[in-house]
Parts: sequence; C-alpha cells; structure tokens
Amino acid sequence: MKSNTPAVLTGAHYWDGDFACAEGAIAVGCRFFAGYPITPSTEVAERIALRFPLIGGVFVQMEDELGSMAAILGAAWAGTKSMTVTSGPGFSLMQENIGLGAMTETPCIVVNVQRGGPSTGLPTLTGQQDMMQARWGSHGDYEIIALSPSSPQECFDLTITCFNLSEKYRVPVLLMMDECVGHMTEKVVVPALGKIKVQHRRWYRGAKEKYRPYVPAKDGVPPMVKTGDDYRFHITGLTHDQRGYPVINPACQKQCVGRLVRKIKDNADKIIILKEEETEDADVIVVSYGISYRVATKAIADARKKGVKVGSLRLITVWPFPEKRIVELAKKTKCLVMPEINQGQVYLALERCAKGMCKTKLVPHYGGWVHDPNDILKAIIEGAR
Amino acid sequence: MSRLGTPFLDRNEHHPLEDYLRMDRIPHIWCPTCGLGTALNCMLHAIKKSGIPRQNIAVVSGIGCSGRAAGYVNLDSFHTTHGRAIPFATGLKLANPKLKVVLFSGDGDLIAIGGNHLIHAARRNIDLTVIGINNFNYAMTGGQFGPTTPEKARMTTAPYGSFEHPFNVPFLVDSCGATYVARWTALHVRHLTNSILEALHHKGFSFIEVISPCSTVYARRNRLGDGLDLLKYYHENSEIRNGINTRKCDITFQGRLIVGKFVDKEKPTYSDTMTKSLSEALGDRYVPYQGPMQGKNGD
Repeated sequence: MKSNTPAVLTGAHYWDGDFACAEGAIAVGCRFFAGYPITPSTEVAERIALRFPLIGGVFVQMEDELGSMAAILGAAWAGTKSMTVTSGPGFSLMQENIGLGAMTETPCIVVNVQRGGPSTGLPTLTGQQDMMQARWGSHGDYEIIALSPSSPQECFDLTITCFNLSEKYRVPVLLMMDECVGHMTEKVVVPALGKIKVQHRRWYRGAKEKYRPYVPAKDGVPPMVKTGDDYRFHITGLTHDQRGYPVINPACQKQCVGRLVRKIKDNADKIIILKEEETEDADVIVVSYGISYRVATKAIADARKKGVKVGSLRLITVWPFPEKRIVELAKKTKCLVMPEINQGQVYLALERCAKGMCKTKLVPHYGGWVHDPNDILKAIIEGAR
Repeated sequence: MSRLGTPFLDRNEHHPLEDYLRMDRIPHIWCPTCGLGTALNCMLHAIKKSGIPRQNIAVVSGIGCSGRAAGYVNLDSFHTTHGRAIPFATGLKLANPKLKVVLFSGDGDLIAIGGNHLIHAARRNIDLTVIGINNFNYAMTGGQFGPTTPEKARMTTAPYGSFEHPFNVPFLVDSCGATYVARWTALHVRHLTNSILEALHHKGFSFIEVISPCSTVYARRNRLGDGLDLLKYYHENSEIRNGINTRKCDITFQGRLIVGKFVDKEKPTYSDTMTKSLSEALGDRYVPYQGPMQGKNGD
C-alpha cells in the first residue's frame, strides 16, 4: 500500500465528538458512508470525506436522508461495514429504511447528533428529544439498540461498540449523540490497532445449498452471507419465513417479528452497558445519559456536600432499557431522578420499571441548552426527603 | 381432474429459464395479461445471453406489482422499500463494484416516490441497469393515477379523468444524464431483450422504459378492453424511432407510442470520476476502495 496515512490514528488527540465518531468508525473498519449534510452532524461526514480516500473507503453524499439510509443497507449486503450520520429532521426521514434494516436484519449504524425539535427546531442547539423516536420511530414492532455518549472519547469508543453490537445482533444500531457532545472538544485517546476490539461479521459457514437467510443461531441471530458469492438469496421487507420468502399470514408474522424482538430482549444483559457510582446505599439515584450525565455530576457533588446520599446510574445503552437493574434499584432507594433535555421520554420507561416501589422524579428541560445543575440538585434534595 | 390441482408445468418439461427463476415461488402473483411476466422473461433471457456469471448479478426492486420480481429471480435479490430501490442499489454497487446491479421496478416506485433518486443516479451516471415498467398507474393499490398516467385517463383517484401533465420518462432521464435510454412495449420482446442485453454491457446509468399492459385496472377503468386489446393498441400505434430526440417521446391517452433506443453514449461513470479526481488530488496518497470484507476465512 502506497498510503502513509494509517487508518487508526493511535495516540492522544484534541477532537470534538463528531470527529471522534468518524475516527471510531474508521478504526473499527467502516468503509462505506452515505449521508446528507445536516447541522450539527455535518462534521462527521466532512471528516469521513477527508479521511476515506486515504484509507480505502467509499464516501457518497446522497440526495437525501432516505437515500442515505437505503444506500448503507445496500452496502451492508455487499459485505461492507456501513454508516450514516444525521440529525433530527434527517432522522425522521430515515425511519422507514431503519425499519427495513431491522426487518432484514442488516448490520449498520446510524448516528443522530440530536438538536432541538420538533421540525426544523433548533439546528445549532442541543436536545435529547429523539430518544423515543430512536426506540420505535419506524412503523411496526421491533427492538433496536441505542447508545448515548457523554464525551468525545466516548463518541470514539461507543461508535466502535455500536458497530460491534450491530454485527453481533444484526440490527441497525443508533448512536444517539447530542449537539453538546458532538461539538465538545476534549482529549481523545486512540488505542493501538491491536487493542481495538472488533466483532467481525458472523459469516455463514455451512453448505451453500443449505443456506437459508433467516435460520438463527442459538442466540437468535442468523449468520450472514454477502452478495456475489453465489448463494442467490432473497431479502424482503415483507414478513418472511426462514428462506427469506414473503409469507403473508399471522403465523409467519409471529415467527418473524417474534425473533426480531426476542434476539434483543433475550440478549439484553449482554447488550446493556451501564455505569454506576455509589448506588449501593444511596437514598437518591440520578439516572441520566449523554450530556445530561455531565451536568448531573455537578448536582450530585453539590448534594453530597449537603450530606445527601446520592448515587448515579448512567445509561450508556439507552435501548434496550435496563429494566432489570432499574427494578433492583427501585427496591432499595427512595427516589430515582432523571434529567432529560426533553419533556420526559426515557423517563416513561424509568417510571414504568420503578412500578411505584420508589419515587421517580423527572427533571425536564426544553431543547437549546443543558440543565441548570441546581434544578437537578433541587430534585435530588426533594427526592431524599 | 381439477384445473387447480394441475402443476404449473408438466413434470417432464423444463422452463427454459428454470436456472434463473425460483421455481418454488412460481406461479407469480401477477394478473393474466399483465406485461410484468413478459418483461421479466426478457430480462432473464438477456441476463442468460449476456454471459455475466450468475453470481455477479444482483436484482433490486422497490414496491408495487413490479417490486415482486426480485422475489422470483434465482439471483441475489432485494425487495426494498417504496421508491428506494435506486439508492439501495447505489450502496450495493459502490460497495461491491464487481456486481452488475439490475433494477426492476415500476413507474410509481421509480418515477413518483423515487423520482429524486432517479434523477440523481442519472446525473451521477452510476453504473446501474434500470428496467422501469410503466403501466400508467398504481396497480397494486387498485388503480390510482400517477406521474405517467396520460391526461384524460380515468383512475380511481382521478374519477373524472387525470388532468396532470405526465412525465415523458425517456426525456426526463436523458436530460438528467442517463447514458443509455430506450423504450419498448411489452409486445416488443426481441427489441426489449436486446436492449436489456445492451444495457447490461453498457457502462453507466441505463434506463429502459417498458410500456406494459395492465388490464385489471388501467384498461378496465378506461374501457380499453382486455390485455390483448392493449397489445393490439401497441401494435398499431408503436413507431420505432431509434435515436429520436427524447423531447419528442410524449405519450398521450391512446396516442402513438414512440419506441426505440434513444440514447447510447459514453461518459465517465460515478466510479470513474471518483477514482480520477481523487487520484489527481491525492496522487500516491490515494487508496482506492479494496472491496467488501472477505467471508468465511479471514474476518
């Protein structure tokens, strides 16, 4: 290879979250990107456009987000790790093909650098308002995986994790950044190539003539082949049987959709990443994700100074929701406090899982800026009473 | 013996395209006298004649009657979302440039909801072969008017006759940069097969419009008779005008049909211009895409 530009830029860098995300994708082996410019995600596409020709990737700027999402599905079936990046309005446009990705079990990742909405909303200002859309934004029944980084370092690390989960569970994985994290510049340490954990595609290894696209392995996930290897497979968004053939009846819907849901739910313990701090004997636990975690740390520190026993549960994986852990914590704490830059989305899941076993407090915030830590502090103090 | 109980084919006979069809999916869902079977037949004959190894061909379709074609071909095949066959195929082709990607979809899918992708794929001259079946209406949903419905034709959502100006499809794709453009009717099976064969070997964006009879809804709502009557109309009104300015290819209700090969030219494809431009800009630093991940072994 003539190139003297390595794919993995091992070392310490001073990057914003968007750049770190692009570098994470490159480091884990993403070599196809299709996207459409939209603030505040554009820097990811710009970085990829700059870097891909130096490391052997295909960057294509599509005519819209519908096309971008469809293109990354096509590229995934060609046998390449693929991704797209967008923000609110573009995320809405991608939903139908995210559903196609879920239905056809296509590994790929979608990054949403969230801004305030609805509609055009606040193009340059932050929000966490697409969290519920991430869960079920496409029509129909399915389960998805969504992660939320709190720092540029995590934008790098979690982009890698997203690709790995996507390959492992054959589902589009969503990296739900927010504008603050995307545009925050901090130190990002890129490990050596050999230290980066890469989940390779789960290739089918059986006899060619016996291949059926949707015969699952033990964990509910079918192995995959790629186009051009003479398997002559068929893939459809219609409800399909194990051969991939459309079968339009309730029995097949149950079998097909049932597995799409189960493969995520049954493996939730393996998928979910949480970070807990001092939750053991806490009277109040702040449950947060993304930039709101960073803000909450100030409120938590202030509360501790006031003598409140407060812990923190950070949702690095937001979907699937850590139902089991929330139930356990709800049993032994007085109150779960959740700050979100929306009017209560992930909070709905939290409240449902707490089932009245403890108090739950939403600290809502409108899009545009992060919480005042004092608002979270107030909720912590009220919760501890 | 009941007719319903008889097999589709005599067990001792073989369909000439058996290797290219998923025989376990036949019979298809298309109505008697529909032109889709004919067009699919022409496509598969052309693929067979082309000499392109079967594993190197992928078929992509969108949604609608024609969208079902992908499910019948014994090739790597993708039945995607409504209107998104072209961008899906774009990703597939760019991520594995060795593939010959053929699209088989309808007027509603390619030209209405997928219109934006159509014009941009033509503009990029991306190396795709698109077979666009035009039956003048949305047939799967029961016969609504669409962007190719001739003015005055009656459809369920144009009960008093369509009053929209329809697209002249060859002109549309030609003006956007397509480098191979042809139009045939489902009656012109030899011409159509030859055109698809040429398009398969053409480097760049090729579009073949196939005027196709829909007796179940289009003909019935307009009292045009049955499928045979539509073929008679094609026979009596088709005029082969190879190389004609696509501007002159408008279709009017039951008017004359200009068919033929209109455009066949060379122009750098998307991949050509990408490689050239990046090589010029980056010199030795440019690393071309190495193709998809390797299956089975390695990773």
